[in-house]
Amino acid sequence: MAKRDTPMLDELLKGPYPSFVKELYKVQERKPMVQDLLGQLEDSYEERIGHWKHGGIVGVMGYGGGVIGRYSDLQDKYPNVAHFHTMRVNQPAAWFYTSDILRKIADIWEKHGSGLTNMHGSTGDMVLLGTTTDELEPTFQALAKEGFDLGGSGSVLRTPSCCVGPARCEWACYDTLKLCYDFTQEYQDELHRPFFPYKFKFKFSGCPNDCVASIARSDMSIIGTWKDDIQIDQAAVAEYAKAGMDIQADVIDICPSKCMKYDGEGIEVDNHECVHCMHCINVMPKALAPGKERGATILLGAKAPIMDGALLASVLVPFIDLNDPDEVEDLHELIGNIWDFWGEHGKNRERIGELIQRVGMSTFLEAIGLEPEPEMISAPRDNPYIFFKEEEDEEEEE
Amino acid sequence: MATVTLGGKDVEIDEDGFIQDPNEWNEDVALDLAKTEGVEEMGEDHWKLVHYLRDYYLKFGIAPMIRKLCKENGFSLKYVYEMFPSGPAKGACKVAGLPKPTGCV
Ligand code: SF4
Ligand code: SF4
Repeated sequence: MAKRDTPMLDELLKGPYPSFVKELYKVQERKPMVQDLLGQLEDSYEERIGHWKHGGIVGVMGYGGGVIGRYSDLQDKYPNVAHFHTMRVNQPAAWFYTSDILRKIADIWEKHGSGLTNMHGSTGDMVLLGTTTDELEPTFQALAKEGFDLGGSGSVLRTPSCCVGPARCEWACYDTLKLCYDFTQEYQDELHRPFFPYKFKFKFSGCPNDCVASIARSDMSIIGTWKDDIQIDQAAVAEYAKAGMDIQADVIDICPSKCMKYDGEGIEVDNHECVHCMHCINVMPKALAPGKERGATILLGAKAPIMDGALLASVLVPFIDLNDPDEVEDLHELIGNIWDFWGEHGKNRERIGELIQRVGMSTFLEAIGLEPEPEMISAPRDNPYIFFKEEEDEEEEE
Repeated sequence: MATVTLGGKDVEIDEDGFIQDPNEWNEDVALDLAKTEGVEEMGEDHWKLVHYLRDYYLKFGIAPMIRKLCKENGFSLKYVYEMFPSGPAKGACKVAGLPKPTGCV
Protein backbone atom coordinates (compact mmCIF):
# COMPACT_ATOMS: atom_id res chain seq x y z
CA MET A 1 0.00 0.00 0.00
CA ALA A 2 1.53 3.26 -1.10
CA LYS A 3 1.65 6.14 1.29
CA ARG A 4 -1.70 7.81 1.30
CA ASP A 5 -2.40 11.53 1.53
CA THR A 6 -3.70 12.48 4.92
CA PRO A 7 -5.02 16.04 4.64
CA MET A 8 -7.24 15.83 7.72
CA LEU A 9 -4.42 14.56 9.91
CA ASP A 10 -2.20 17.34 8.52
CA GLU A 11 -4.63 19.78 10.10
CA LEU A 12 -3.66 18.42 13.50
CA LEU A 13 -0.09 19.55 12.98
CA LYS A 14 -1.18 23.18 12.99
CA GLY A 15 -1.46 25.24 16.11
CA PRO A 16 0.81 25.61 19.09
CA TYR A 17 0.18 22.27 20.74
CA PRO A 18 2.17 19.04 20.57
CA SER A 19 0.49 16.57 18.28
CA PHE A 20 0.48 12.79 18.19
CA VAL A 21 0.32 13.08 14.41
CA LYS A 22 3.73 14.71 14.38
CA GLU A 23 5.14 11.73 16.27
CA LEU A 24 3.49 9.28 13.89
CA TYR A 25 4.84 11.11 10.83
CA LYS A 26 8.34 10.83 12.28
CA VAL A 27 8.25 7.03 12.30
CA GLN A 28 6.13 6.27 9.25
CA GLU A 29 9.08 6.15 6.86
CA ARG A 30 10.67 3.27 8.70
CA LYS A 31 7.52 1.56 9.96
CA PRO A 32 4.94 0.41 7.39
CA MET A 33 2.68 -0.37 10.33
CA VAL A 34 2.57 3.29 11.27
CA GLN A 35 1.98 4.29 7.66
CA ASP A 36 -1.10 2.08 7.57
CA LEU A 37 -2.14 3.34 10.96
CA LEU A 38 -2.17 6.89 9.60
CA GLY A 39 -4.07 5.77 6.52
CA GLN A 40 -6.70 4.00 8.56
CA LEU A 41 -7.07 6.95 10.89
CA GLU A 42 -7.58 9.32 7.96
CA ASP A 43 -10.29 6.95 6.70
CA SER A 44 -11.88 7.03 10.13
CA TYR A 45 -11.89 10.82 10.15
CA GLU A 46 -13.45 10.92 6.69
CA GLU A 47 -16.08 8.32 7.40
CA ARG A 48 -16.53 9.27 11.04
CA ILE A 49 -16.29 5.68 12.10
CA GLY A 50 -13.67 3.71 13.99
CA HIS A 51 -11.99 0.83 12.22
CA TRP A 52 -10.80 -1.24 15.15
CA LYS A 53 -12.81 -4.36 15.77
CA HIS A 54 -14.11 -4.78 19.26
CA GLY A 55 -12.14 -7.11 21.50
CA GLY A 56 -9.65 -9.80 20.79
CA ILE A 57 -8.10 -12.41 23.00
CA VAL A 58 -4.37 -12.59 22.76
CA GLY A 59 -1.75 -12.91 25.43
CA VAL A 60 1.45 -14.50 26.57
CA MET A 61 1.79 -17.92 28.12
CA GLY A 62 0.95 -18.13 31.80
CA TYR A 63 -0.85 -14.78 31.90
CA GLY A 64 -4.49 -13.92 31.35
CA GLY A 65 -3.93 -10.17 31.14
CA GLY A 66 -1.45 -7.55 30.02
CA VAL A 67 -2.16 -7.57 26.31
CA ILE A 68 -5.11 -5.89 24.65
CA GLY A 69 -5.97 -7.49 21.34
CA ARG A 70 -6.73 -5.14 18.49
CA TYR A 71 -7.55 -5.89 14.87
CA SER A 72 -8.36 -3.66 11.95
CA ASP A 73 -11.57 -4.22 10.04
CA LEU A 74 -9.84 -2.85 6.92
CA GLN A 75 -7.23 -5.57 6.76
CA ASP A 76 -7.20 -5.77 2.96
CA LYS A 77 -6.61 -2.06 2.57
CA TYR A 78 -4.21 -1.73 5.51
CA PRO A 79 -2.55 -5.14 5.95
CA ASN A 80 0.18 -3.78 8.21
CA VAL A 81 -2.33 -2.94 10.94
CA ALA A 82 -4.26 -6.19 10.57
CA HIS A 83 -2.91 -6.78 14.08
CA PHE A 84 -2.20 -3.81 16.30
CA HIS A 85 -2.11 -5.16 19.84
CA THR A 86 -1.30 -3.08 22.88
CA MET A 87 1.00 -4.32 25.63
CA ARG A 88 0.84 -2.91 29.13
CA VAL A 89 4.11 -2.93 31.04
CA ASN A 90 4.26 -2.59 34.81
CA GLN A 91 5.95 0.74 35.54
CA PRO A 92 8.46 1.17 38.35
CA ALA A 93 6.94 2.70 41.50
CA ALA A 94 6.40 6.45 40.94
CA TRP A 95 7.82 6.18 37.42
CA PHE A 96 11.51 6.38 38.21
CA TYR A 97 13.65 5.29 35.28
CA THR A 98 17.22 5.66 34.23
CA SER A 99 17.63 7.02 30.72
CA ASP A 100 19.53 3.85 29.96
CA ILE A 101 16.58 1.60 30.71
CA LEU A 102 14.22 3.85 28.75
CA ARG A 103 16.49 3.46 25.73
CA LYS A 104 16.44 -0.30 26.17
CA ILE A 105 12.65 -0.37 26.29
CA ALA A 106 12.51 1.85 23.22
CA ASP A 107 14.91 -0.50 21.41
CA ILE A 108 12.84 -3.56 22.35
CA TRP A 109 9.72 -1.93 21.02
CA GLU A 110 11.42 -0.65 17.90
CA LYS A 111 12.41 -4.22 17.16
CA HIS A 112 9.21 -6.03 18.12
CA GLY A 113 6.46 -3.46 17.63
CA SER A 114 5.51 -0.15 16.08
CA GLY A 115 7.98 1.82 18.17
CA LEU A 116 5.07 3.92 19.46
CA THR A 117 4.54 4.23 23.18
CA ASN A 118 2.25 6.06 25.53
CA MET A 119 4.06 7.06 28.70
CA HIS A 120 1.94 6.46 30.67
CA GLY A 121 -1.60 5.09 30.53
CA SER A 122 -4.11 6.28 33.09
CA THR A 123 -3.69 3.14 35.20
CA GLY A 124 0.01 3.91 35.37
CA ASP A 125 1.52 1.32 33.05
CA MET A 126 3.84 2.00 30.18
CA VAL A 127 1.70 1.41 27.14
CA LEU A 128 3.41 -0.11 24.12
CA LEU A 129 1.16 0.48 21.13
CA GLY A 130 0.87 -1.84 18.17
CA THR A 131 2.35 -5.22 17.48
CA THR A 132 1.38 -8.53 15.94
CA THR A 133 0.38 -11.75 17.68
CA ASP A 134 3.68 -13.41 16.71
CA GLU A 135 5.71 -10.72 18.43
CA LEU A 136 3.95 -10.89 21.81
CA GLU A 137 5.92 -13.71 23.34
CA PRO A 138 9.36 -12.47 22.10
CA THR A 139 8.57 -8.97 23.41
CA PHE A 140 7.54 -10.38 26.76
CA GLN A 141 10.81 -12.34 26.97
CA ALA A 142 12.91 -9.33 25.98
CA LEU A 143 11.19 -7.14 28.58
CA ALA A 144 11.61 -9.80 31.25
CA LYS A 145 15.33 -9.89 30.54
CA GLU A 146 15.51 -6.21 31.44
CA GLY A 147 13.52 -6.83 34.62
CA PHE A 148 10.13 -5.68 33.38
CA ASP A 149 6.84 -7.50 33.66
CA LEU A 150 3.47 -7.01 32.02
CA GLY A 151 0.80 -5.04 33.81
CA GLY A 152 -2.85 -5.89 34.29
CA SER A 153 -5.78 -5.81 31.87
CA GLY A 154 -9.25 -7.28 31.95
CA SER A 155 -10.87 -8.53 35.15
CA VAL A 156 -7.70 -8.54 37.21
CA LEU A 157 -5.93 -6.47 39.79
CA ARG A 158 -4.68 -3.62 37.65
CA THR A 159 -1.12 -2.48 38.00
CA PRO A 160 -0.84 -0.68 41.36
CA SER A 161 0.46 2.87 41.15
CA CYS A 162 1.61 5.52 43.58
CA CYS A 163 2.59 9.16 43.90
CA VAL A 164 6.25 10.14 44.09
CA GLY A 165 5.95 10.13 47.88
CA PRO A 166 8.99 10.42 50.11
CA ALA A 167 11.32 10.08 47.11
CA ARG A 168 10.78 13.75 46.37
CA CYS A 169 7.97 15.08 48.48
CA GLU A 170 8.23 16.29 52.06
CA TRP A 171 4.49 15.84 52.68
CA ALA A 172 4.47 12.09 52.28
CA CYS A 173 2.96 10.54 55.39
CA TYR A 174 4.12 7.05 54.46
CA ASP A 175 6.41 5.36 51.97
CA THR A 176 4.12 5.10 48.95
CA LEU A 177 6.80 3.57 46.73
CA LYS A 178 7.51 0.76 49.14
CA LEU A 179 3.88 -0.07 49.75
CA CYS A 180 3.09 0.02 46.03
CA TYR A 181 6.02 -2.30 45.34
CA ASP A 182 5.08 -4.65 48.20
CA PHE A 183 1.48 -4.87 47.02
CA THR A 184 2.60 -5.54 43.46
CA GLN A 185 4.74 -8.43 44.68
CA GLU A 186 2.13 -9.74 47.09
CA TYR A 187 -0.62 -9.88 44.50
CA GLN A 188 1.17 -11.20 41.41
CA ASP A 189 -1.44 -13.90 40.89
CA GLU A 190 -4.33 -11.48 41.04
CA LEU A 191 -2.48 -9.14 38.68
CA HIS A 192 -1.83 -11.64 35.92
CA ARG A 193 -4.63 -14.19 36.14
CA PRO A 194 -8.18 -12.87 36.00
CA PHE A 195 -10.23 -14.14 38.93
CA PHE A 196 -12.41 -11.13 39.74
CA PRO A 197 -15.86 -10.10 38.52
CA TYR A 198 -14.21 -7.00 37.06
CA LYS A 199 -11.12 -4.83 37.46
CA PHE A 200 -9.72 -3.76 40.83
CA LYS A 201 -7.27 -0.91 41.33
CA PHE A 202 -5.00 0.12 44.19
CA LYS A 203 -3.58 3.61 44.24
CA PHE A 204 -1.27 5.05 46.85
CA SER A 205 -1.04 8.74 47.68
CA GLY A 206 1.30 10.01 50.35
CA CYS A 207 -0.95 12.78 51.64
CA PRO A 208 -4.44 14.19 51.13
CA ASN A 209 -3.28 16.17 48.09
CA ASP A 210 -3.77 12.78 46.45
CA CYS A 211 -1.59 13.38 43.42
CA VAL A 212 -2.60 10.07 41.80
CA ALA A 213 -6.29 10.96 42.27
CA SER A 214 -6.80 7.69 44.08
CA ILE A 215 -10.01 8.84 45.70
CA ALA A 216 -11.69 9.03 42.32
CA ARG A 217 -9.87 6.44 40.29
CA SER A 218 -9.09 3.40 42.40
CA ASP A 219 -11.23 0.76 44.03
CA MET A 220 -9.00 0.87 47.08
CA SER A 221 -7.37 4.15 47.77
CA ILE A 222 -4.62 4.49 50.38
CA ILE A 223 -4.09 8.11 51.33
CA GLY A 224 -1.48 9.34 53.77
CA THR A 225 -2.67 11.33 56.76
CA TRP A 226 -1.66 12.24 60.30
CA LYS A 227 -3.28 11.88 63.71
CA ASP A 228 -1.67 14.59 65.80
CA ASP A 229 -1.29 18.33 65.27
CA ILE A 230 -0.15 20.22 62.19
CA GLN A 231 3.46 21.29 62.79
CA ILE A 232 3.88 25.04 62.84
CA ASP A 233 7.09 27.00 62.60
CA GLN A 234 6.01 30.46 63.81
CA ALA A 235 9.26 32.10 62.71
CA ALA A 236 8.61 30.92 59.15
CA VAL A 237 5.04 32.23 59.43
CA ALA A 238 6.50 35.63 60.24
CA GLU A 239 8.77 35.35 57.21
CA TYR A 240 5.77 34.77 54.95
CA ALA A 241 4.05 37.82 56.44
CA LYS A 242 7.16 39.90 55.97
CA ALA A 243 7.41 38.78 52.36
CA GLY A 244 3.94 40.21 51.79
CA MET A 245 1.65 37.21 52.04
CA ASP A 246 -1.88 38.07 53.17
CA ILE A 247 -2.12 35.21 55.63
CA GLN A 248 -5.62 36.09 56.76
CA ALA A 249 -7.08 36.17 53.24
CA ASP A 250 -5.01 33.48 51.57
CA VAL A 251 -4.84 30.91 54.32
CA ILE A 252 -7.08 31.48 57.34
CA ASP A 253 -10.23 32.57 55.50
CA ILE A 254 -10.00 29.70 53.03
CA CYS A 255 -9.64 26.96 55.63
CA PRO A 256 -12.79 24.88 54.92
CA SER A 257 -13.44 24.03 58.54
CA LYS A 258 -12.63 27.54 59.81
CA CYS A 259 -10.33 26.12 62.43
CA MET A 260 -7.40 28.51 62.04
CA LYS A 261 -6.57 31.82 63.67
CA TYR A 262 -3.94 34.41 62.91
CA ASP A 263 -3.31 37.31 65.25
CA GLY A 264 -0.62 39.05 63.24
CA GLU A 265 2.03 37.21 65.25
CA GLY A 266 1.45 33.51 64.81
CA ILE A 267 -0.96 30.90 63.53
CA GLU A 268 -3.11 28.76 65.79
CA VAL A 269 -4.93 25.64 64.60
CA ASP A 270 -7.80 23.93 66.35
CA ASN A 271 -6.55 20.54 65.19
CA HIS A 272 -9.62 18.73 66.39
CA GLU A 273 -11.65 20.50 63.72
CA CYS A 274 -9.07 20.25 60.94
CA VAL A 275 -10.27 18.09 58.01
CA HIS A 276 -6.75 17.61 56.63
CA CYS A 277 -7.52 19.34 53.35
CA MET A 278 -3.85 20.38 52.98
CA HIS A 279 -4.72 23.91 51.88
CA CYS A 280 -2.76 25.79 54.53
CA ILE A 281 0.21 23.45 54.19
CA ASN A 282 0.24 23.83 50.41
CA VAL A 283 0.25 27.60 50.66
CA MET A 284 2.88 27.87 53.42
CA PRO A 285 5.12 24.85 52.94
CA LYS A 286 7.97 26.39 54.88
CA ALA A 287 5.84 27.16 57.92
CA LEU A 288 3.37 24.30 58.12
CA ALA A 289 3.71 20.54 57.80
CA PRO A 290 1.62 17.45 58.47
CA GLY A 291 1.86 16.12 62.02
CA LYS A 292 4.40 13.59 63.23
CA GLU A 293 2.10 10.68 63.94
CA ARG A 294 1.66 9.58 60.37
CA GLY A 295 -0.15 6.77 58.61
CA ALA A 296 -2.92 6.39 56.07
CA THR A 297 -6.64 6.27 55.57
CA ILE A 298 -8.03 3.37 53.55
CA LEU A 299 -10.94 4.19 51.27
CA LEU A 300 -12.99 1.91 49.08
CA GLY A 301 -15.27 1.98 46.10
CA ALA A 302 -14.29 4.69 43.61
CA LYS A 303 -14.50 4.28 39.88
CA ALA A 304 -14.56 6.30 36.70
CA PRO A 305 -17.86 6.57 34.82
CA ILE A 306 -17.51 3.76 32.28
CA MET A 307 -20.65 2.01 33.46
CA ASP A 308 -23.29 3.42 35.82
CA GLY A 309 -21.64 6.79 36.53
CA ALA A 310 -18.67 7.83 38.61
CA LEU A 311 -18.25 7.02 42.29
CA LEU A 312 -15.95 8.53 44.90
CA ALA A 313 -14.42 6.33 47.54
CA SER A 314 -15.72 6.15 51.11
CA VAL A 315 -13.63 5.74 54.22
CA LEU A 316 -13.16 2.14 55.28
CA VAL A 317 -10.33 2.33 57.80
CA PRO A 318 -9.86 5.82 59.27
CA PHE A 319 -6.23 5.33 60.28
CA ILE A 320 -3.63 2.66 59.83
CA ASP A 321 -0.02 2.75 60.91
CA LEU A 322 1.81 1.41 57.89
CA ASN A 323 5.04 1.00 59.82
CA ASP A 324 3.40 -1.61 62.01
CA PRO A 325 3.64 -5.01 60.27
CA ASP A 326 0.63 -6.31 62.21
CA GLU A 327 -1.57 -3.53 60.91
CA VAL A 328 -0.38 -4.14 57.37
CA GLU A 329 -1.13 -7.84 57.85
CA ASP A 330 -4.64 -6.92 58.99
CA LEU A 331 -5.05 -4.83 55.88
CA HIS A 332 -4.15 -7.76 53.64
CA GLU A 333 -6.64 -9.90 55.52
CA LEU A 334 -9.31 -7.27 55.01
CA ILE A 335 -8.51 -7.13 51.30
CA GLY A 336 -8.88 -10.93 51.15
CA ASN A 337 -12.31 -10.69 52.78
CA ILE A 338 -13.37 -7.94 50.40
CA TRP A 339 -12.31 -9.97 47.35
CA ASP A 340 -14.07 -13.08 48.68
CA PHE A 341 -17.34 -11.25 49.18
CA TRP A 342 -17.06 -9.54 45.82
CA GLY A 343 -16.16 -12.82 44.10
CA GLU A 344 -19.16 -14.58 45.66
CA HIS A 345 -21.75 -11.87 45.22
CA GLY A 346 -20.48 -9.52 42.52
CA LYS A 347 -22.17 -9.70 39.15
CA ASN A 348 -20.12 -9.95 36.03
CA ARG A 349 -18.53 -6.52 35.40
CA GLU A 350 -19.65 -5.06 38.71
CA ARG A 351 -17.07 -2.92 40.49
CA ILE A 352 -16.73 -3.20 44.26
CA GLY A 353 -18.25 0.28 44.75
CA GLU A 354 -21.33 -0.73 42.78
CA LEU A 355 -21.69 -3.91 44.79
CA ILE A 356 -21.59 -1.89 48.02
CA GLN A 357 -24.29 0.40 46.65
CA ARG A 358 -26.40 -2.60 45.71
CA VAL A 359 -26.18 -4.52 48.99
CA GLY A 360 -25.77 -1.54 51.32
CA MET A 361 -22.77 -0.52 53.39
CA SER A 362 -23.97 -2.22 56.58
CA THR A 363 -24.39 -5.62 54.90
CA PHE A 364 -21.01 -5.18 53.28
CA LEU A 365 -19.22 -4.28 56.52
CA GLU A 366 -20.76 -7.22 58.28
CA ALA A 367 -19.68 -9.55 55.48
CA ILE A 368 -16.07 -8.40 55.54
CA GLY A 369 -15.98 -8.38 59.34
CA LEU A 370 -15.36 -4.70 59.92
CA GLU A 371 -16.96 -2.71 62.72
CA PRO A 372 -18.67 0.49 61.56
CA GLU A 373 -16.91 3.63 62.74
CA PRO A 374 -18.12 7.23 62.89
CA GLU A 375 -15.34 8.33 60.50
CA MET A 376 -17.01 6.35 57.74
CA ILE A 377 -19.79 8.88 57.38
CA SER A 378 -19.48 12.51 56.39
CA ALA A 379 -22.45 13.76 58.42
CA PRO A 380 -24.96 12.34 60.91
CA ARG A 381 -28.18 11.18 59.40
CA ASP A 382 -31.07 13.67 59.66
CA ASN A 383 -33.82 11.25 58.70
CA PRO A 384 -34.99 9.56 61.94
CA TYR A 385 -36.85 6.70 60.27
CA ILE A 386 -34.37 3.88 60.66
CA PHE A 387 -35.15 0.22 61.05
CA PHE A 388 -33.00 -1.03 63.86
CA LYS A 389 -32.14 -4.66 63.63
CA GLU A 390 -34.08 -7.06 65.79
CA GLU A 391 -31.30 -8.19 68.08
CA GLU A 392 -30.51 -4.58 68.90
CA ASP A 393 -34.14 -4.04 69.88
CA GLU A 394 -34.01 -7.02 72.14
CA GLU A 395 -30.86 -5.82 73.79
CA GLU A 396 -32.50 -2.53 74.56
CA GLU A 397 -35.55 -4.21 76.05
CA GLU A 398 -33.46 -6.30 78.39
CA MET B 1 -11.58 -15.19 9.00
CA ALA B 2 -9.57 -18.19 7.87
CA THR B 3 -10.15 -21.86 7.21
CA VAL B 4 -7.79 -24.40 8.73
CA THR B 5 -7.68 -28.14 9.04
CA LEU B 6 -8.54 -29.32 12.54
CA GLY B 7 -9.18 -32.93 13.45
CA GLY B 8 -9.04 -33.87 9.79
CA LYS B 9 -11.67 -31.42 8.56
CA ASP B 10 -11.86 -27.85 7.33
CA VAL B 11 -13.01 -25.48 10.06
CA GLU B 12 -13.46 -21.71 10.07
CA ILE B 13 -11.59 -19.80 12.77
CA ASP B 14 -11.41 -16.12 13.68
CA GLU B 15 -8.17 -14.16 13.95
CA ASP B 16 -7.62 -15.34 17.53
CA GLY B 17 -8.01 -18.96 16.42
CA PHE B 18 -11.46 -19.59 17.94
CA ILE B 19 -13.70 -21.84 15.88
CA GLN B 20 -16.75 -20.04 14.57
CA ASP B 21 -19.36 -22.79 14.62
CA PRO B 22 -19.57 -24.74 17.90
CA ASN B 23 -21.30 -27.56 16.01
CA GLU B 24 -18.06 -28.31 14.18
CA TRP B 25 -16.46 -29.29 17.47
CA ASN B 26 -15.46 -32.82 18.40
CA GLU B 27 -12.63 -34.30 20.44
CA ASP B 28 -10.31 -34.54 17.43
CA VAL B 29 -10.83 -30.86 16.73
CA ALA B 30 -10.11 -30.22 20.41
CA LEU B 31 -6.85 -32.13 20.23
CA ASP B 32 -5.63 -29.99 17.35
CA LEU B 33 -6.78 -26.77 19.03
CA ALA B 34 -4.93 -27.79 22.18
CA LYS B 35 -1.66 -27.89 20.24
CA THR B 36 -2.12 -24.26 19.23
CA GLU B 37 -2.41 -23.28 22.89
CA GLY B 38 0.74 -24.91 24.20
CA VAL B 39 -1.01 -27.94 25.71
CA GLU B 40 1.34 -30.90 25.41
CA GLU B 41 -1.11 -33.61 26.22
CA MET B 42 -4.81 -33.64 27.02
CA GLY B 43 -5.12 -35.47 30.35
CA GLU B 44 -8.21 -36.49 32.29
CA ASP B 45 -8.59 -33.10 33.99
CA HIS B 46 -8.10 -31.29 30.69
CA TRP B 47 -11.06 -33.17 29.26
CA LYS B 48 -13.10 -32.66 32.41
CA LEU B 49 -12.67 -28.89 32.12
CA VAL B 50 -13.23 -28.83 28.36
CA HIS B 51 -16.45 -30.82 28.62
CA TYR B 52 -17.62 -28.69 31.53
CA LEU B 53 -17.08 -25.53 29.48
CA ARG B 54 -18.80 -26.94 26.45
CA ASP B 55 -21.80 -28.22 28.38
CA TYR B 56 -22.13 -24.92 30.21
CA TYR B 57 -21.96 -23.03 26.95
CA LEU B 58 -24.51 -25.22 25.21
CA LYS B 59 -26.87 -24.82 28.17
CA PHE B 60 -26.49 -21.11 28.91
CA GLY B 61 -25.06 -19.64 25.73
CA ILE B 62 -22.13 -18.00 27.57
CA ALA B 63 -18.92 -19.04 29.24
CA PRO B 64 -19.07 -19.39 33.05
CA MET B 65 -17.36 -16.88 35.31
CA ILE B 66 -13.89 -18.04 36.28
CA ARG B 67 -14.67 -18.39 39.97
CA LYS B 68 -17.58 -20.67 39.23
CA LEU B 69 -15.46 -22.71 36.86
CA CYS B 70 -12.82 -23.32 39.53
CA LYS B 71 -15.32 -24.04 42.26
CA GLU B 72 -17.49 -26.46 40.34
CA ASN B 73 -14.54 -28.47 39.09
CA GLY B 74 -12.51 -28.28 42.27
CA PHE B 75 -9.56 -26.74 40.39
CA SER B 76 -7.40 -23.90 41.66
CA LEU B 77 -6.76 -21.07 39.24
CA LYS B 78 -3.10 -21.99 39.32
CA TYR B 79 -3.89 -25.52 38.23
CA VAL B 80 -6.05 -24.27 35.38
CA TYR B 81 -3.05 -22.25 34.13
CA GLU B 82 -0.81 -25.27 34.53
CA MET B 83 -3.13 -27.26 32.30
CA PHE B 84 -3.82 -24.45 29.85
CA PRO B 85 -0.84 -22.06 29.97
CA SER B 86 -2.61 -19.43 27.89
CA GLY B 87 -5.35 -19.29 30.51
CA PRO B 88 -8.97 -20.36 30.85
CA ALA B 89 -10.38 -17.79 28.41
CA LYS B 90 -7.87 -17.97 25.61
CA GLY B 91 -6.81 -21.59 26.15
CA ALA B 92 -9.51 -23.75 27.70
CA CYS B 93 -12.48 -22.03 26.02
CA LYS B 94 -10.79 -22.24 22.64
CA VAL B 95 -10.09 -25.94 23.02
CA ALA B 96 -13.69 -26.47 24.15
CA GLY B 97 -14.84 -24.93 20.90
CA LEU B 98 -16.55 -21.91 22.41
CA PRO B 99 -16.73 -18.73 20.39
CA LYS B 100 -14.45 -16.00 21.67
CA PRO B 101 -15.55 -15.11 25.23
CA THR B 102 -16.38 -11.46 25.79
CA GLY B 103 -15.32 -10.50 29.24
CA CYS B 104 -16.39 -13.62 31.14
CA VAL B 105 -13.91 -16.31 32.19
S1 SF4 C 1 0.10 13.01 47.19
FE1 SF4 C 1 1.06 14.25 48.79
S2 SF4 C 1 2.91 13.08 49.28
FE2 SF4 C 1 2.24 12.34 47.28
S3 SF4 C 1 3.35 13.62 45.82
FE3 SF4 C 1 1.37 14.56 46.16
S4 SF4 C 1 1.74 16.09 47.72
FE4 SF4 C 1 3.46 14.68 47.80
S1 SF4 D 1 -5.39 21.39 56.57
FE1 SF4 D 1 -7.19 22.41 55.77
S2 SF4 D 1 -8.74 22.10 57.36
FE2 SF4 D 1 -6.75 21.70 58.30
S3 SF4 D 1 -6.13 23.65 59.16
FE3 SF4 D 1 -5.23 23.57 57.13
S4 SF4 D 1 -6.71 24.59 55.82
FE4 SF4 D 1 -7.77 24.10 57.73
